[in-house]
Amino acid sequence: MTLLKVQNLRKSFGGLRAVDGLSFQVAQGEVMGLLGPNGSGKTTAMNLISGALRADSGSVLLGADQLVGLPSYKITRLGVARTFQLVRVLGGMTCSENVQAGMAFRRDHSFGQAAQKEALQLLELVGLRHLADTPAGDMTYIDQKRLELARALALKPRLLLLDEWLAGLNPTELQVGIELIRSLRASGLTIILVEHVMDAVRALCDRCVVMLAGAKLAEGPTEQVLSQQDVISAYLGVPYA
Amino acid sequence: MKPANLASAGFVLVSLTLLVVAALPFFVQSDYFIAYTINVLQYGVLATAWTLFSGPTRYISLATTAFFGIGAYTVAVLSEALPWAAVLGVAGVIGVVLALIVGLSTLRLSGVHFVIFTFGLAELIRQLVTWYEVNITRVIGRYIFLDITQRQIYWQLLVLLALALFTGWLIKRSRLGLALRVIGEDELVARHLGINTTRAKVMLFVISSTFMTLVGAVMAPRWTYIDPTIVFNPIVSFQVLIMSLLGGVGHLLGPLAGVIPLTALFEVLSARFPNHFSILLGTAFLVIVYLVPNGVVEALCKWLRPRRGEKKLEAPV
Repeated sequence: MTLLKVQNLRKSFGGLRAVDGLSFQVAQGEVMGLLGPNGSGKTTAMNLISGALRADSGSVLLGADQLVGLPSYKITRLGVARTFQLVRVLGGMTCSENVQAGMAFRRDHSFGQAAQKEALQLLELVGLRHLADTPAGDMTYIDQKRLELARALALKPRLLLLDEWLAGLNPTELQVGIELIRSLRASGLTIILVEHVMDAVRALCDRCVVMLAGAKLAEGPTEQVLSQQDVISAYLGVPYA
Repeated sequence: MKPANLASAGFVLVSLTLLVVAALPFFVQSDYFIAYTINVLQYGVLATAWTLFSGPTRYISLATTAFFGIGAYTVAVLSEALPWAAVLGVAGVIGVVLALIVGLSTLRLSGVHFVIFTFGLAELIRQLVTWYEVNITRVIGRYIFLDITQRQIYWQLLVLLALALFTGWLIKRSRLGLALRVIGEDELVARHLGINTTRAKVMLFVISSTFMTLVGAVMAPRWTYIDPTIVFNPIVSFQVLIMSLLGGVGHLLGPLAGVIPLTALFEVLSARFPNHFSILLGTAFLVIVYLVPNGVVEALCKWLRPRRGEKKLEAPV
């Protein structure tokens, strides 16, 4: 069953067509990789889906709901959660409060005592249980990334957008991160992964969409897409293809 | 002690203090004391109301005097036509409507743009009132003859202060309070957590501005004569801002900790150095922002707390 259906999505900044007629679909329970060289429009596409930016035209359907034109808080309440490419935690608040902030405004919101308990469970899941009372601003980069994931999960999303969530992790942390996302997939969550770490893409994604200059260059099962000539030349230049 | 117990202990303590202050006029006969305390209470409500909105959101508003003046003018216009309670009611409604208009049109602005807009708004309203009085009523200035004693003003302000503190206490424990804290931290994240940021900000702005309008209304009978330069005095906005910052905007009682010493200071300054008041006020501003950027309450908490996880907050401006 299709959960997300993106059709002919467009967004320009002045003369630059950042996303130029992008279309793809994501099935329920699928982990899809969104790949492409720097500047190909991946993050803009994520911003259009989450409502951080308003699309010029096109359509984004989540189930039966049209997301284009909705403010991001409504899109969030419909079930889209995201992390940010440059990590954004609520620095003056504790870990636990960060996660509770994610619970208090979702559709079946929870606040107070019950939320506290649920927040600790989520922190446990991402391995931050012991830092529950630490201000988020005092944590290391890696822990902030974990916290951001916990906060996104606190929204109980139907669709999770991870924007380079695995970037900057060392090999051990990467393995932990991959396992974590795998466990999320096992629990039935649908995920779009914008990622440059190819090991992670190969390990996690059933299917990939590759973008180039705002448009879709290739789409298909991960291995197949990654060995395609035009994809390799887009990343590495023509002589390597 | 657990934080919950601490909060309720604080609640009882504050309630008792307010009751004691309410009883003072029965025991103290000095008119100077009443007049001085009215001044403290007036700024107490204004600073507490200011902090309700500007504290968590970090949107610095200089529109305090606009709402204060509107409240006072409402009284000047309506005091002979309506009973006192109704006048206050109308003032409150006007405050709500004006705050809604201003809130909906400006709260999309951020940072310095918002500060300048609110400052401009206060001037705009003052000029509009002046224009109206000059061209339509043809008299600038109005007289207020109301049979309201200093002591009654004192108690009315005290009730407003209690209401403002209670409202702040309720908001802090509500989802709205959490929403505002998240907005203050990162508005983009707030929107991506499902928070309707515009609605939350406008709601708080309206609540805060309504208190300011009511203070203006309650204070109006104290002057028998008002004109736009008296009630739309921009110094009031700056004083409220600096009192709140000195006390600290992170805590509900923070602004009061700034109001009490600064009212005394400003009283002395304006009595002893009437010609240099603005310069000295500016100096007080600088000293406070440099020395206690997060307010005395925060500084005190930091000093009392064992130093773990040293954290530096940026100044709210």
